[in-house]
Amino acid sequence: MLKGKDIVSIKDFSEKEIFEIFEVAKEMVQYAKGKGTDILKGKILATLFFEPSTRTRFSFETAMLRLGGGVLSFSDPKSTSLSKGETLADTIRMMDSYADVIVIRHSYEGAARLASKFADHPVINAGDGAGQHPTQTLLDLFTIHNNFGTLKNLKIGLLGDLKYGRTVHSLAIALSNFGSKLYLISPKSLEMPDHIMREIQEKQKPIVTNNIFDVIGELDVLYVTRIQKERFPDATEYMKIAGSYRVDLALLEKAKRELIIMHPLPRVDEIAPEVDNTPHAKYFEQAFNGVPIRMAILSMVLGVR
Amino acid sequence: MMVENKELKIEKIKNGTVIDHIPSGLGLKVLKILHIDEDIKTSVFLGIHVPSKKMGFKDILKIENRYLAPKEIAKISLIAPMATVNKIKDYEIAEKYNVPPPKEVIGIVKCSNPNCVTNLNEPVVTEFKVISTEPLRIKCSYCEREMEGKDIIHNII
Repeated sequence: MLKGKDIVSIKDFSEKEIFEIFEVAKEMVQYAKGKGTDILKGKILATLFFEPSTRTRFSFETAMLRLGGGVLSFSDPKSTSLSKGETLADTIRMMDSYADVIVIRHSYEGAARLASKFADHPVINAGDGAGQHPTQTLLDLFTIHNNFGTLKNLKIGLLGDLKYGRTVHSLAIALSNFGSKLYLISPKSLEMPDHIMREIQEKQKPIVTNNIFDVIGELDVLYVTRIQKERFPDATEYMKIAGSYRVDLALLEKAKRELIIMHPLPRVDEIAPEVDNTPHAKYFEQAFNGVPIRMAILSMVLGVR
Repeated sequence: MMVENKELKIEKIKNGTVIDHIPSGLGLKVLKILHIDEDIKTSVFLGIHVPSKKMGFKDILKIENRYLAPKEIAKISLIAPMATVNKIKDYEIAEKYNVPPPKEVIGIVKCSNPNCVTNLNEPVVTEFKVISTEPLRIKCSYCEREMEGKDIIHNII
């Protein structure tokens, strides 16, 4: 059903398509864990990461390799002809003639949409500036769905940097479409931007607070994001704010037993390491889910599934 | 009566275009988007802050010997969706129409997001979907940034 389709924004998917991806991803878990298969034998994935990435790039490459396909990539964007002044459009046209599917990460918003216009093969967006990162959103939704069996009527807290955190924007919109209640928990200066709020408010009135202690007891999911030091004018202010958004055992004493904690990673110190050993911690499971989700997407857009 | 007297302050044109009911203060912007500048070879009359029964105050623009291209009308619709365009032939109104609200906005507005890929040197024209017409809100088909009001007006190409 997704054969030949570009994956640029989570908004390009219907609810039905999202659940179909989950179904295929569930089958892919065994292959993600190492059981051999070669359903994508002879297919080539080009990964064009113009911005650094560890998890996303490795999980795409792992997904392709475990399905028996091959991977083309460059180690450093400075080594490409873009640094010689070539347009992105030309780079894409060239790579499109070498590969069967293209994954792109770029610092400019809309870069993946542009790439999809110049490529005949499917283009998958792996993050465009502050814009979309649909496979991250899918793996986040998949992780929630795996733990609760639904995406409806859950109480989901998004904590931390809601202003600049790319992953929380598309996740918030997707979750409000599915009918889960959102709790937006952030310092005043890092609240959800207006244009995202408008889209959320078309579906629901989210709870907005800057105190996690007020709402922790109600939540089924707590999605934590990193508050970056460079967003603050001085180090003392950062320490003060970041400290009050740290998830630790003391906070979790007030939480429901079923609460799951997620994080797109990399984590710095917003989740205390001792939380890793609690049943709440799902962020490594979430990171693993990137592989079966991306396996599902690659095999679906290539028409094998 | 007073209104009529004031309108007569602007000369009638023989042939050309009258753009009426421009929101007061935006006439100069309309001049700009029609590229009416020091190289102009025809007479142009602009009335600013002219009393209007319908709008309180309005701007009105008369351009001699020039008719508007669809792309120019599309640009005007972005800043003055209530404007009326009159085609004048031999001092008479030969055709009169309202500026239709845009359905999509292609190649006439620059995206206000400096980090949008369309602001790089790429071989693409800008493209926006119209989210609402009153007030006009448009969304970049590339970066998904929404624009409205002055943001749109300042970015008309």
